[in-house]
Amino acid sequence: MTTLPEKTDKSLGLVIDLDICVGCHACVTSCKEWNTGGYSAPLTDQEPYGADPHGAFLNRVHSYEVDNDHWKGTVHFPRSCLHCETPDCVTVCPTGASYKREEDGIVLVNPDTCIGCKLCSWACPYGAREYDYDEGVMKKCTLCVDRIYNETIPEEDRVPACVKACPTGARAFGDLADPNSAVSQNVAARDGFNLLDEFGYKPVNKYLPPRKASDRTPQIAAEPQAETTGSALEKLFAWADRALSR
Amino acid sequence: MTGSPEIETSAPVGDEMKQTTCYMCACRCGINVHLKTGPDGKQVVRYIEGNRNHPVNKGVLCGKGSAGIMQHYSPARLRAPMKRVGPRGSGQFEEISWDEALEIATGWLGKVRKTDPKKLAFFTGRDQSQSLTGFWAMKYGTPNFAAHGGFCSVNMAAGGLYTFGGAFWEFGDPDWDLTKYFMLFGVAEDHASNPIKIGIGKLKKRGAKVVSVNPVRTGYNAVADEWVGIRPGTDGLFVGALIHELFRTQQIDLDYLVRYTNAPWLVIKDPGAADDGLFARDGDGNPMVWDEAAGAFGNGKAAEIRPALTGTRELPDGCTARPVFELMAERYLGDNYAPEAVAERTGVPTEQIRQIAAELAHVAFKEEIVLDRPWTDWAGRKHDKMIGRPVSMHAMRGISAHSNGFQTCRMIHILQILLGSIDTPGGFRYKPPYPKQTPPNLLPHGAAGDIKPELPLGGPHLGFPHGPEHLLLDGEGQPNRLDKGFSWDAPISAHGLMHMVINNAATKDPYGIDVLFMYMANMAWNSSMNVPGTLDALTAKDDNGDYVIPKIIYSDAYYSETVPFADLILPDTTYLERYDCISLLDRPISEPELVADGIRHPVVKPDRDVRGFQEVLIDLGARLKLPGFVKEDGSPMYPGGYPDYITNHERKPGIGPLAGWRGEDGDKSCVGAPNSDQIDRYIENGAFFGLHLDPSHAYFRFANRGYLDWGIEKGIRLSPEPTIMQLYSEPMQKFRLAALGHGERQPPDRARDRIKTHFDPLPFWYAPFEEQLTTGFPLHAITQRPMHMYHSWGSQNAWLRQITAQNRLYVHTSVGVEIGVQDDDWVWLTSHIGRVKCQIRLMEGVNRHTVWTWNAIGKRRGAWGLSHDAPEVKEGFLLNHLISELLPKGGGGYRYSNSDPLTGQAAWFDLRVKIEKAESAGTSPLFEPLGEDAWPERPETLAFGRQWKEPAE
Repeated sequence: MTTLPEKTDKSLGLVIDLDICVGCHACVTSCKEWNTGGYSAPLTDQEPYGADPHGAFLNRVHSYEVDNDHWKGTVHFPRSCLHCETPDCVTVCPTGASYKREEDGIVLVNPDTCIGCKLCSWACPYGAREYDYDEGVMKKCTLCVDRIYNETIPEEDRVPACVKACPTGARAFGDLADPNSAVSQNVAARDGFNLLDEFGYKPVNKYLPPRKASDRTPQIAAEPQAETTGSALEKLFAWADRALSR
Repeated sequence: MTGSPEIETSAPVGDEMKQTTCYMCACRCGINVHLKTGPDGKQVVRYIEGNRNHPVNKGVLCGKGSAGIMQHYSPARLRAPMKRVGPRGSGQFEEISWDEALEIATGWLGKVRKTDPKKLAFFTGRDQSQSLTGFWAMKYGTPNFAAHGGFCSVNMAAGGLYTFGGAFWEFGDPDWDLTKYFMLFGVAEDHASNPIKIGIGKLKKRGAKVVSVNPVRTGYNAVADEWVGIRPGTDGLFVGALIHELFRTQQIDLDYLVRYTNAPWLVIKDPGAADDGLFARDGDGNPMVWDEAAGAFGNGKAAEIRPALTGTRELPDGCTARPVFELMAERYLGDNYAPEAVAERTGVPTEQIRQIAAELAHVAFKEEIVLDRPWTDWAGRKHDKMIGRPVSMHAMRGISAHSNGFQTCRMIHILQILLGSIDTPGGFRYKPPYPKQTPPNLLPHGAAGDIKPELPLGGPHLGFPHGPEHLLLDGEGQPNRLDKGFSWDAPISAHGLMHMVINNAATKDPYGIDVLFMYMANMAWNSSMNVPGTLDALTAKDDNGDYVIPKIIYSDAYYSETVPFADLILPDTTYLERYDCISLLDRPISEPELVADGIRHPVVKPDRDVRGFQEVLIDLGARLKLPGFVKEDGSPMYPGGYPDYITNHERKPGIGPLAGWRGEDGDKSCVGAPNSDQIDRYIENGAFFGLHLDPSHAYFRFANRGYLDWGIEKGIRLSPEPTIMQLYSEPMQKFRLAALGHGERQPPDRARDRIKTHFDPLPFWYAPFEEQLTTGFPLHAITQRPMHMYHSWGSQNAWLRQITAQNRLYVHTSVGVEIGVQDDDWVWLTSHIGRVKCQIRLMEGVNRHTVWTWNAIGKRRGAWGLSHDAPEVKEGFLLNHLISELLPKGGGGYRYSNSDPLTGQAAWFDLRVKIEKAESAGTSPLFEPLGEDAWPERPETLAFGRQWKEPAE
């Protein structure tokens, strides 16, 4: 089985704002197109024009309705590997193909040593691993490890493809181990939370909950209406009948 | 085991990056297309991302744009010109050369032009080059041209342009950076894509309030702070009640109304007379107001007066007249617009209406924005500040696709105007070249006298009638256009009625045609109302066994459901293989503070025998020797094809398709001589051009002297006059007066009541027609496109169809309980013309009187390169089969188009249905498979990207 590094220098990850995700799937397809030609190439698709089209996608969005004490409405929920601090998907790996990087905490699969046994996908409670049927190996979010350090692309674009594409700005990337990073500050300010915290895998990625709608409702002080008599129309005309100039 | 293997983290994305413009929908975002060579030496698209410098998308890219690779490499792409060799629909084609195809087309089109040009109907669908296609049709001389606006958004365009000289979406935008209160009407997941998503992200991060008015709570509506789950088609009642509340509580920007609108203009009250309801005018034709300063009548357009908003006045001729403001107040303070009166019908509780009205007023007047930015008004007076009312709105499909959409759209703009927010900081802002005049000084052409063999039309087809004198009629007063556009049936149909063309041609009502020529519109499937009827029309034969529509030419890039019904196929390229021009003459991509246009250019060479449609059209223009397409000696005017046209065509001296880098040295913007390097300069700049406005020109542009003058200098405005917002629309009253018997041009008797009622110069609400004319259909049925397929045909896209390959009918949980169905059960949905069987999903976030589904997911067997057992075919369905293109017979027996009575906008959201549990599974109707004899095998597996992993040979 595979061991985890004692600690990582950084904890790179994503912060996903459920308050503004509109469920557009830009992150889904930008991830697919980057990664099918990148580190994980290819992400194969079976029956692409047939009865049951299915392929490896490293990021998916689910939309559903909720109605609970905190929240009532439709949720768009993007789901990908959370790059947990203590993930079982790594420790169950019989070949060391699944590993967590010491330098940045990214969880990766080495396709050269993965035997496609799928133990990791059974271990992951988030359903974040994707078996590639054609290649016979496991694929997963790499946090675009081949973008974020890539010196051949402009510095401002060295973020995961999903973050670059997201039209509403619902996705942010950064070091969640650094309390002063923008992502950490935002998580603190917005009560960011862990997905299925009770499992204890300590996900690095965080989700930001919807803001309370009441925070945005203008506070209107009731003002006494002037005491005038007559119909609404008469009152309006009396009010409008003041000197107005162009 | 531990240890991280060394991995390559700095591999170049590709060998080359080229910038062009996306075409997966109508937003026209800037894209960076990365190309990479594989071991076979072939350059393949590796990655498409947003261009950070582009004004539309600023670096981001939606789910469609990011899946563009699969669109580009789709196996459903057409490969060569084809002529039909089997019956229509059989899919039996023979591939032919371009020479042969163009010869056939030239023969057909040339013959019609020599005899009766109106026997050509040329309709382009999701065309982004209407300034070229319209110009071509004009030079050809047929009156029968339009694009898809008649079933898309003409109510929004016309509603805005007749009111304030702009419109939602392409002609304006909320002030995303400053607005504090945003209302979104009838915008599901679409129109627009990235710009609205970017905007909503900004609002939410700033803490601005977002209110969504929509029967369905998905997409943008799901993240709104307040959801108003309105009943479809009742938005006008809801907005009327908001206006009622503003009037009742006296929270209206009177200064704004007096300065910038026709609120003080006097309306003649002379019942029964030919001038009743028109503006009182002075000897020079200026509208009159009562000037309190002078104690006399004054010129309604003058500055330095104090116009009265109230008071009945006796005019010099003895008639009385009242200001628009009074008439408006009477209309909206009427009991029928009181919140408690509309609550039940709209489904919006009285308290919620009152609260929203109070919030709108509070934000507009108590949270006003003051920018220390001097500007000069139209009369030359200097102001040291710009005062903004930070309330803004956006509306689209849910308003436009109803038969009351024009008046409802006008009402939403009136709400914004009463709050004083249009083109002020934080409000709704114009995008240049808007504002235009109200209505624009652009008249339609194509009346009977204008159509002559071998002669061009006197002007563009589409425009904005100011009264009955601008209708396009034949000698008998009947429609002169095949679609009955600009006739009494649809007098201000500024985008035409593409949805009526095929059926009118087949019934020869108003006349038969010889050639139907279409581009990029899936009219044999999801773009038509009443698909079975449309298929019958496309295949109808006369007594001789000949097709009633004798010849059909169609250009598409993919094997869509429409291709098999055409006789001659002109295969188009994908968006990465083509030139295009996103022109200010057409549908601009400007931002509020930026005049912008753009191009597409081929970033990949076609690997098939296909040509861009515009390239082909220019070639056909030269072969037909159309004026404007040939030189005096008869040789082609644009031998270099579309790029030659884009560079060298001039609509007026100095004004051409592109505004950037004009002049011989490329140093002129907007106006200047053609520049042979222009396209190269666009390519260097990322395929777009942007010219920033002076900050003092950024707001109040309807009356901003600096902007108005600058606009004339740049060729984007015609008149130095301000744009005066028309709360009361006099052109409407002119049509109404005709219906009352005044004037030379008279409607047929059957149309009189319809025109009298609906051409109300003050917007009002009326029940959608289908609801008025049918009974027994208690539910509304509407559709939306999923965001990842908005405005595009995504079903052949291997990645997008993994997200959505089947549509369900979404039904309110309580309705499910009523009819005893649960998720995944099958139901019959029945309208007055037919029924479909579909699978349901229950939800809470939908108006309980409404069912809805994803549009255009259902596909016909044989099309799009999909297997015959694809979910799109087996379980997918269309509501189009239930929507009639004609209304049921009303009084008098005449069947009008199922459209807005003013604009002719297709009223496909008026659909009413009933729902029943079905006993068996499987969608219905299931049409016969389209032939696909000549189609290659579809791949069983895709491994896109593997080519770059394989070692070079």
